[in-house]
Amino acid sequence: MAAAEGISPQFRTGDRVAVRAAYPIGHVRTPYYIRGKHGVIERLCGAYGNPEELAYARPGRPKQPLYRVRFLQREVWPAYEGNPADTVDVEIFQHWLQPD
Amino acid sequence: MMNYRGIHDMGGLPAGTVQPSEHDYALWEKRVDALLVLLTKKGLMTVDELRRNIEGLGLDAYDKMSYYERWIYSITQTLIQRGIISIDELGRKMAEAQTRTDGGR
Repeated sequence: MAAAEGISPQFRTGDRVAVRAAYPIGHVRTPYYIRGKHGVIERLCGAYGNPEELAYARPGRPKQPLYRVRFLQREVWPAYEGNPADTVDVEIFQHWLQPD
Repeated sequence: MMNYRGIHDMGGLPAGTVQPSEHDYALWEKRVDALLVLLTKKGLMTVDELRRNIEGLGLDAYDKMSYYERWIYSITQTLIQRGIISIDELGRKMAEAQTRTDGGR
């Protein structure tokens, strides 16, 4: 993944992040239930065209880093009754994440 | 603007039990699938546009349409939006196909 192809990754595996609590109209790949939640970067998946732009036939460049982010189920779902150590992984683009 | 939640973005909402089932695809469904593959390979549309136009369906239509009905609706919308086909052209072709179907009965 050449740097020239996209935006430089801002996070590394193990970094704590918060998902932006934003609710715009349009094609958004960040699930509603995970917005505003706190997690940890599990891995960098690569860099991809921004789907929010591609959905409107625009170029979607520069490519956005995409991460797999790990969340504790009990933090995502307040009424979660499973193992307190259970986690859920969600793939989220960098522009939806901020340092936590 | 109030917090927007798309009709498709249903993760975490009450939905009852999932009933898994296997089914064969009809020929037209396979054709719709192939159509999207061809259109994306030729750079005439993206899967993101497919998703956007599906997500733009009204709640009633979203719930009532089958999986590939949503796809063909969305592919058609995208091709109109991009100017690849016109509404006039579409209407005429659909009428032609209808006549062909009616004639075959």
